Amino acid sequence: MAEPVLSIRDLRKTFGALKATDGVSLDLRPGEIHALIGPNGAGKSTLIHQIAGSLRPDSGSIRFLGQDVGELGVAARARMGLGRSFQISSLALEFSALRNVMLAVQSRQASSFRFLKGVMRDRSLIEPAMAALERTGLAPRAHVPAAELSHGERRQLEIAIALALGPKTFLLDEPMAGMGPEGSRALTAFLDGLRQEAPILLVEHDMDAVFALADRISVLVYGRIIASGTVDEIRSHPDVRRAYLGETA
Amino acid sequence: MRDGVGMTRETAIGLFLVAVLLAFPLVASAMGEPFYITLATRMAVLALAAVGLNVALGLGGLVSFGHAAFFGIGGYVAGILASHAFNQEPIFSTPFAFMGSDRMPVVWLFAMLVSALVALPIGAISLRTSGVYFIMITLAFAQMIYYFAMSWPAYGGEDGLSILSRNTFPGLNTANPLSLFAVCYGLLLVALLVFAVLRDSRFGAALLASRQNATRLAAVGIAPFPVRLAAFVISAAITGLAGALYADLNRFVSPSMLSWQMSGELIVLVILGGTGRLFGPVAGAMLFVMIEFVLGGITERWQFFLGLILLGVVLFARGGLVGVLAGKVRHG
Repeated sequence: MAEPVLSIRDLRKTFGALKATDGVSLDLRPGEIHALIGPNGAGKSTLIHQIAGSLRPDSGSIRFLGQDVGELGVAARARMGLGRSFQISSLALEFSALRNVMLAVQSRQASSFRFLKGVMRDRSLIEPAMAALERTGLAPRAHVPAAELSHGERRQLEIAIALALGPKTFLLDEPMAGMGPEGSRALTAFLDGLRQEAPILLVEHDMDAVFALADRISVLVYGRIIASGTVDEIRSHPDVRRAYLGETA
Repeated sequence: MRDGVGMTRETAIGLFLVAVLLAFPLVASAMGEPFYITLATRMAVLALAAVGLNVALGLGGLVSFGHAAFFGIGGYVAGILASHAFNQEPIFSTPFAFMGSDRMPVVWLFAMLVSALVALPIGAISLRTSGVYFIMITLAFAQMIYYFAMSWPAYGGEDGLSILSRNTFPGLNTANPLSLFAVCYGLLLVALLVFAVLRDSRFGAALLASRQNATRLAAVGIAPFPVRLAAFVISAAITGLAGALYADLNRFVSPSMLSWQMSGELIVLVILGGTGRLFGPVAGAMLFVMIEFVLGGITERWQFFLGLILLGVVLFARGGLVGVLAGKVRHG
C-alpha cells in the first residue's frame, strides 16, 4: 500500500469536559477520496481545524507528506500543499473572483514581499488564476467582486482557490453545503476527477455525493471514529446505521 | 482589468486636488500673501502624514491610534539633529563623532529610519492583538513616548525644542515659504506614487486581503502577521518623514506632536478624505486645514463643527470625500 499523504494518529482535543476529538486516527492515501461523516456536533469541524492548523490538538500527531506538521501554522501547512475549502465561504469579498484566486497563485510562487510590479499587469499571476477559474466554470465571472457572487458561485470559487494552490491534499469542508441538486451533481462529477490530482479528505453531509465519491468513509461520533471502511461496509455497519444513517435515512 | 470608469474618475479627482494644492500657494505668492503658502504647506505635510497612516489603516485595516508617536519622532529627529548641528555639539562621540545635521535629506533619512525602528517592536507586539485591543496598545505605546519626551529635559521637555535655523535643502532657500512648500509638495507626490505602487503590488494584494479576510489569506499560505508588520513599519516611516517636515515648517517641535490628539487628528484626516483611497489623505488634509482655518477664524469652538462634519462622513459617506466624488472602490 502506498505511503499515506496525510496521517493522523491518536489525536485528542478537549474543551472543558467535552471530548471534541477523542483519539482519532485517520489516513489519506494517494488517489483516494476519504469521506468523513458524522452527525452534527460529532467533532468534524474541530478535526478539520486541527488538520488545517488553526486549532492545536492536546495530544497526538499529524503527519503531512511524511513530516510532522504539529508545530506549523495555517499558512505554513497551506504552503506545503494543504488546499482547504471552508464550510462557510471565506473569501476576500472586495476582491474579484480572479483576485481571490490570484492570491493563491501568488502564495504558491512564495512571493508576497514584492513591492513593485502591479498584480493586474502580471501574467504569471493572472494566467494560472484564470485557468483555475475555467476549470471550475467560473471564468465568465472572473471580474465580479466576490461579494456579488451567488452562494453557489462562491462555493465554486473556494474550490478554484484550492486548485490554484496546486495542493498535495484537498481538505474540503462541506463543499456542497447550500448548493442546489444540479450544482451538487456538477461538483460531484468534478471532485470525482480531482482525486487523480491529489487525494481529498471530504467532510460532507450530502450522502448521495459521499456514496458516489468516497473510496473510504470514516464515521465520527462524539469525537471518536466508530467505523471506517468502504462504502458498502459503512452502509451495512450496524453501529453506523444506529448512530448516524438511522437519523437521516 | 480595472473598472475603467471608476478609476479614471478617481484619478481625475485626485489630480484635480493635487493641482489645486499646487495652485493655491502659487496664487498666494503672486498676491503677496505668504501666510497662505504656509497654510498650503501645512496641508501638504499633514497629507503626507496621512498617506503614511493610510498604508496601515486604509490598506491593512490597522486602526493605529498611536501614529503621533512616529509623527513626533520624525519631528524630534529633525529638531535634535538640527540643534546639535547648530550648537556644534556631537550627539555621540564614540565610535565616531556625529554632529547632527541641518541638511534635510539627511534629516529625512534619519526620521524615517528611527520611526521605522521604533515601529518594528511596537508593531510586533501590537499586531498580536486586533480590534479594540490593537487601538489601545498602539495608544499606550504612543503615550509612553509622549511622557518620555515630556520628561526629557535635554531636548526641552514639555516646553519643546526650537529649530533656530530651518534645515537646508541643496539648491533651495528653505527660509523662503514657497521653496519649503515645493519640498513638502514634492515629497507628498513621491509618497502618493509609493502608495499607489505598493497598493497594486503583490505585497499590497496580501495586505488588502489581510484586511478583508485574514483567515482566507492564511488558508492560501500567506501568513498575515509579517505582511501587517511590514505595512506598519512602512506606514510609520512615511508618517515620521512628515513629522520631520512639520517640525521644519513650524521650526519647533514639542510633545504635542506626540499626543493622542495628534493620533486622532491623523485618523480624522484619513477618514475625512476616504480610507484606503490613494488621494484620500490629500482631500482629508485640505478639508481639515480649511475647516480649521475658516471656522477657526469664526469661532474658537471650530472643533465642534469638525465633529459634525466627521459624524456626517461616518454616517452618510463611508468612503469619505473621495468616496462621495468617485464612488466605491473596485479592486480589479
